Order: sequence, then structure tokens, then C-alpha cells
Amino acid sequence: MSFWEYANPVKFMGLSGRLIPVLSVLTALCLAVGILWGFFGTPDDYKQGSTVKIIFLHVPSAMIAINAWIMMMITSLVWLIRRHHVSALAAKAAAPIGLTMTLIALGTGAIWGKPMWGTYWAWDPRLTSFMILAVFYLGYIALWNAIEDTDVAADLTSILCMVGSVFALLSRYAVNFWNQGLHQGASLSLDKEEHVDNAFYFPLLVCIAGFVLLFVILVLIRTRTEIRLRRAASLQARNT
Amino acid sequence: MTIKATNICCSRGPRQVLQDVCFSLTSGDCLILRGPNGVGKSTLLRVLAGLSQQSSGTLELDHEEIAYSGHLDAVKFQLTVAENLSFWAGVYGTDTTAKVIAHFGLNDLADRYAANLSAGQKRRLGLARMTLSDRKIWLMDEPTTSLDAEHTGLIAQSISDHCAAGGIAVLSTHLDLDIPSAKTLDLVQFIPAKGTNTSIFLQGSF
Amino acid sequence: MLALFTRDLKLAFRSGGGFGLALAFFLIVVMFVPFGVGSDLTLLARIAPGILWIGALLACLLSLDRIFQLDHEDGTLDVLATSPLPLSGITAAKATAHWVTTGLPLTLAAIPLGYLLNLPEPAYIWLFASLAIGTPALSFIGAFGAAVTVGIKRGGLLLSLLVLPLYIPTLIFGAVSVTKSVDGLNPLPSLILLAGLTLFSVVLMPFASALALKANLN
Repeated sequence: MSFWEYANPVKFMGLSGRLIPVLSVLTALCLAVGILWGFFGTPDDYKQGSTVKIIFLHVPSAMIAINAWIMMMITSLVWLIRRHHVSALAAKAAAPIGLTMTLIALGTGAIWGKPMWGTYWAWDPRLTSFMILAVFYLGYIALWNAIEDTDVAADLTSILCMVGSVFALLSRYAVNFWNQGLHQGASLSLDKEEHVDNAFYFPLLVCIAGFVLLFVILVLIRTRTEIRLRRAASLQARNT
Repeated sequence: MTIKATNICCSRGPRQVLQDVCFSLTSGDCLILRGPNGVGKSTLLRVLAGLSQQSSGTLELDHEEIAYSGHLDAVKFQLTVAENLSFWAGVYGTDTTAKVIAHFGLNDLADRYAANLSAGQKRRLGLARMTLSDRKIWLMDEPTTSLDAEHTGLIAQSISDHCAAGGIAVLSTHLDLDIPSAKTLDLVQFIPAKGTNTSIFLQGSF
Repeated sequence: MLALFTRDLKLAFRSGGGFGLALAFFLIVVMFVPFGVGSDLTLLARIAPGILWIGALLACLLSLDRIFQLDHEDGTLDVLATSPLPLSGITAAKATAHWVTTGLPLTLAAIPLGYLLNLPEPAYIWLFASLAIGTPALSFIGAFGAAVTVGIKRGGLLLSLLVLPLYIPTLIFGAVSVTKSVDGLNPLPSLILLAGLTLFSVVLMPFASALALKANLN
């Protein structure tokens, strides 16, 4: 049978139920190893001191923030085309996680920025794009909550996700254009690639793996809850 | 010109309201939907009109031939009667506005703003719109609500004329309209039995 | 579809206050700026392009919910959906009517309001051009937001939350072109990008709006 059989709620609950315990252990392991290694097992950077180690939280959360939206795009498309309820609920489940990751990325970025550049915030393209992403998440979540009929809500939020994705990309480009356009100002490039040497590279990978696993289990758990909520609603509808 | 409904199931939100509705209509037929409030007459009419999707079952009808009239009058208060109708003429691509105004006795009202019409006059305007559309299938949701005997008679007459000219009409009403050869469909028989398992979320156990 | 467009225009003009209110709002927002930041003319000149664009954008936003709400409330939308007009045509006609009754007047009003904010001389033509090109995008993108929220009671705030992020690229390209003209730089690249964005919105957003309307008709 194909991957699509997991669009059936019963099959999905079965598989996710079996996966979650295993993945939870893996997640805890990766996060513990990654963070402890990163924070305590790596030397202080000669320029940036120990605050640079916040990148072990900052980079993974930023990656998840973006990838959560991409996952929502894909699952929304699946709902629009194949009408699989589990897919729509997975998108709904992922949104608050994506939003939280975006806020963590912004927050850890601010913590990093203050000792480094003397300011918690600057309107550089990358930070601004993340702030815009946070607002897109907020709108998506608000729309789900505003509509009573779940099928209609799934349709509208899926369309919003697709349109929002296009405009998020356009915004990214526009913000780059805007930042250069107004002034060749201080570009607070949080470009880690230049800074990351081997000592940081591997703990960072482990942290990223940990965050990805965390995202997966959180989405699975929340989707299971959404499915249970739908079941409760159907039971109620059937018996009244 | 036919309408064929096979095992249509309709839902309102999470609840399935009608199950396995079947009927078949051809030119000249008039179908009156009956049933208590909330049974699903409006839902079924919206499915027929293409505004909602049925949850299962097949529906064969020509969507290009539908004229729908719902609970609300679809009348713009800031336009006059004539302007309302010529708008719809523009939408449907017909130009029989003057004829239709005359036929439904709206000549005196043609320049009156629709805000100042009585319920009966608004309903006449609605009928005029249906006729103006020049479409063969009329779907009408409670067209007789809050109308006096004279207007009720007018509705019945218009529907009869429409069917006599080869059209099909499906309507819901609580009244006994005097439409020759109208068939009745009582929707109570299509209410799903209590506890019928219908949602994908109710299968299996978890 | 022309019938729908002209009808919407007629309705906007007759339902007193429909399009005058947007202009009044624009004026008030522009007035608020000196109250908020001080009346220093040099400062005002510096921020005028942004303020004028933001004011026009917010004024557009306010009238968005009328696009579909009124027809939804009296059942006209249902009948239109069963008519020969395609849903995408309906949304396009209504968005265009919205632009003519809101975006266009705002564009014209921006010129005198620019004087209130001490906008420098060279910028006026670019202000007009950027608003003239950008406000259709605001109407068409806004119509999408209106289509999504048409069924929601008192959905005005949600409409704003959904539409404002979508407005960001338009605002940036529009305001940057005017600011560049003030600074003596070339505003044309920004204006061209704005034109591209408007073209994209006008062509594609009606289809997205139609999908949203279809979902809401259920």
C-alpha cells in the first residue's frame, strides 16, 4: 500500500502512536547532546565570547520556522487536491509550532545581537523577513479559529497558506530591495557560515537534528489531538 | 432537460442531514419539497444549485440552466426596480426587461427604489428576475413566505406557466400551491437514522 | 461583467459616504502625523512619502469588507454564483469597482495632502504615479482578503490582519520609489517592480478570490 493510506485517521493514529515514543527518546537525546556539547563542550569564540553559542538555539529554530511553513504549504496543497482531512489538520497543528520557532529565532537573535552590535533589534532584511513570517503565522492561526465549519476553515486556510507563501517570497525580495534602497546601512548579517568552524559545526548539526525531531513529534502529537477533537465533534453531531 | 439525483447525501457542517435522496425530473415537471423546518430542504436546494457540494451521490443536471432564488431576496435597496432588473438582464445576457416588468405588473413601480417595496412586491421582483434569466430550471427556497393569497397565487401561476413551457421547477414550501401535476417529495424519509456512522473520524477506534 | 462593475459603482455612489469616507480617513491620518511627531517641516518632508502611502493603504483597507459583504448579506452573491458569470470574473469586476471608488480618489487626494506634509517638489509626479500603479494591487489583494472573510461576522479586524502582511511588497515598492525621487536617486526600478506586482495581482488574485468565495458559499 502507498503512503496515502495514512490519510485514514485510524491508520495515522496507529502509526503515530507507535512512532512517538521512539522519536521522543531520540529527540531528547539529540537535544541534550547537542545543547550540552554546544554550550559547554566548545571553546569560546575569540571575537564573540560565549554569547555566540546562542546559535545552537538560533539556527535550528530559524530553520524550523521556515520549514514549518513549507510543510504547511505541502499539506495544504494535499488537502486542496485530495481532500484528506488528516493533512489539513496536520497543517493546523504545525502552525503554532512554526510561530513559536519564529519567535524563538527572533528572541535568540535579539539576545545575540545586543552584546554583539549593541542593539536588540535592527531592520536588516533577515530579521525583518522573520518578523513578517511571524505575522503570516498569526493570520493563518487566527483564520482557523474564526471559522466554525472545519471543512470551510480547512479550505480557506489552505488557500491563505498558498497565497501567503507567494507574498512571503515577494516580501523577502522586497525587504532586501528596501534595505539596500534606503541606505547602505550597517548590515547586521547574521551569516553564520563564515563563523562556523569545525568545533561548532558538529554540535550544531546535532542540535538541528534535535529540533527537526522535536518539530516532528510535536506536529504528530498535535495532529492526534486535532483528530480526537474532530472525532468528539462528529460523535456529538451524530447523537444530537 | 432532466435532473437526476442518485443517492445524494447532504450535510450541514459536521451533521449529515439527508441520506440517499433519489429523484428524477424531466421537462415540465414540478417538484415540491416538503418536511419540517430544519430537515434539509434549503441544503438540498443549494446542492442542486451548485452552491454546496453533496457529500456523496451523483447529480446530473445542467448548471447553465439554473435560476436560483433563496431565502433572501437578492434585491438592492439603493437601486430602482428597473435598475435591479436591467442589472440582471446584463448579467444573464438577455434583454426582455420591459416585457418582464409588464408581465409582473411592475410598470408603476419601475422607478421606485427597492427599499420602498412591500414583501409581496419584492417577491414579484424576484420572480421577474427568474423569468428574465431565461433559464429552464427554477430552484426556489420558500418562495411563498410572508405573502398574501394574491401573491401566493401569482407564484403558483408563474411556476405553472414555466413548467408548461417546458421548464423544471423544484421548490420548498409549507403551503398547498395549486400547481397542476406537481409531484411532492417528503424529505422526512431521507433523514439518516440516529446513530448512523457517517464521518471518517468515527471509523475504527483510537 | 460590465453590468456588475457599473452596478457596484452606482451602489458605491448612492450609499452615501461609501467613497467619501475613505478620503476623509486619509485626510485625518495625514493630519495625525504632525500631531504625533511634531510639526517640523524638514522631518515631515522626510517621512511624507511613507505616510502618504500608509495613509492611502489604510484608507483602502477600511472599505474592503464592503466588496462582498453586502451582496452576501442580501443573497445577491448566491444568485451571482449561479449566473453565467465566472466567479473569478465577479471578483475581478468588484475589485475594479473598488479601485475606481477608493484607490483612484485616494491617488488624486494624495497630491494636495502632500503639501500638508511638505513633500518636496520633484516627488509629486512620482507619488501620483506610484499610487496610480499601486492602488489597483491594493484593491485586488484586498478583495482576496474580503473573499476569505466574507462569512465571518465582524471580521474587519481579521481582514486587516490577513491583508496587511500581503500589502507589504506593494507598500515597499511604492514608498521607495517616492523616497528615491526625494533623494534625487532613480525611482524607476522601484516603480517597474511595483507595476509588475500590480500586474501579477490583477491577473492572478481573482482566481484565488474565487476559490475563497466558493469555499464560503457552502
